[in-house]
Amino acid sequence: MKIDWAALGSVFGVSLVITVALVALFTLGIMGLSRRERAAVQGASATLAVTGAYACFAACAAAVAYGISLIVA
Amino acid sequence: MESFSLILAIVVITALVFDFTNGFHDTANAMATTISTGALKPKVAVAMSAVLNLVGAFLSVEVANTISKGLVDETGIRPEVIFAALVGAILWNLATWLVGLPSSSSHALMGGLIGATIASAGVGAVHGDVLVTKVLIPAIAAPIVAGLAAMLATRLSYTLGKKADGKAAAKGYRTGQIASAGLVSLAHGTNDAQKTMGIITLALVAGGAVAPDSDPPLWVILSAGLAIALGTYFGGWRIIRTMGKGLTDLEPQQGFAAQTSAATVILASSHLGFSLSTTHSVSGSVMGAGLGRKGGVVRWSTATRMFVAWGLTLPAAALVAALAEYVTGFGNWGTALVAVFLVASSAAIWKISRREIIDHTNVVDVSEEPPGVVTAAIAAVTPPPVGTVTEDLTATISAPVAESAPPATTSV
Repeated sequence: MKIDWAALGSVFGVSLVITVALVALFTLGIMGLSRRERAAVQGASATLAVTGAYACFAACAAAVAYGISLIVA
Repeated sequence: MESFSLILAIVVITALVFDFTNGFHDTANAMATTISTGALKPKVAVAMSAVLNLVGAFLSVEVANTISKGLVDETGIRPEVIFAALVGAILWNLATWLVGLPSSSSHALMGGLIGATIASAGVGAVHGDVLVTKVLIPAIAAPIVAGLAAMLATRLSYTLGKKADGKAAAKGYRTGQIASAGLVSLAHGTNDAQKTMGIITLALVAGGAVAPDSDPPLWVILSAGLAIALGTYFGGWRIIRTMGKGLTDLEPQQGFAAQTSAATVILASSHLGFSLSTTHSVSGSVMGAGLGRKGGVVRWSTATRMFVAWGLTLPAAALVAALAEYVTGFGNWGTALVAVFLVASSAAIWKISRREIIDHTNVVDVSEEPPGVVTAAIAAVTPPPVGTVTEDLTATISAPVAESAPPATTSV
């Protein structure tokens, strides 16, 4: 019986890193958007936060696209 | 020849029925968190999942081509063996659906195949080491991997996102959940619809209708995709309720973290060559997300019942399949007897389920009916000792009533 511990280990590592990274990016993106919301209430603008937010969401979208490419392949 | 093609037709139909039960059993994997956090309306969620399952079924035939190879020796498999295997798998899927427990449809199918093969060709025809590496270890590893990832992600998301509030945050988490749930549905379609395609192809090869080593014919792909999509749309609301509400109470952030973790684990594992079961990954990540929030709780009584069901899936499906295979051995009337038994017990399970209807209208509501006859009836078909289960069941049904403040639209 041969258990592929290396494959299991890499599944563990990769899943952990990607999940945490994606959720962190997404949360930062949402932070940026809420900052804009707050800024809008005060009449200020939050260009930097919004740009950062969209960069974060773009990274998440790229990850989803990569996921779809993995499914199709 | 005539009876030969008849048994083949029966196998194909039974396989499609299994595919249907697979669909409605596993809707919960993709959509339970999305429904319970209110990101999508129940009907919209299952419709989306059904479409993505159908699309996924057409994306590749790789899984279908490998399903039959490895676990059992396919030489000398008769269509009756596959029929018996499917009977075991379908009945187990229906029984776990009745009690609302998520369990792996793949394990049920493998269990069925193993049981029927043992009854037909003896213990030697089953590869024991494949059983350990492909079934046992993934079943233990999946919830741990997905659970840890979801727990860390949830914790991080609450720490980072303290200031995330308002409409933007609510909308954002909603979109994120829909995207990750969509990925899970798509991956499910490619994996599970193809398992049925593999089975049907295996039966066609065994029956001599298709040359060995050929790809599944188009009508097989089409009908398998449609069967799983229909099943998904039908919705296994009982399991959705357990997964989305029974195990823990999820806020949108947790739902997002759980679904992202599940999607990542499923894709990473199948890509890196150590396939982990969808059901186990999603259940694990839901529990992890529950533990990751401060003050979050996992209802361990429900979780324990689920773990017991996981442990029983393979042996139970194997036992039923072995019995079915034994009876089909008596010839055509034996096969007919098994078919009648399958239809009758499915009908009985359906009938019992109608005593307490759970559908898209009440899937996220708490149950207000006092547990009585229904609980007893459900407990009677639950595998573990009846006495303790009744208590557990009562506990899990009445627990949400006590804390019925709906967290569905809570923002941070």
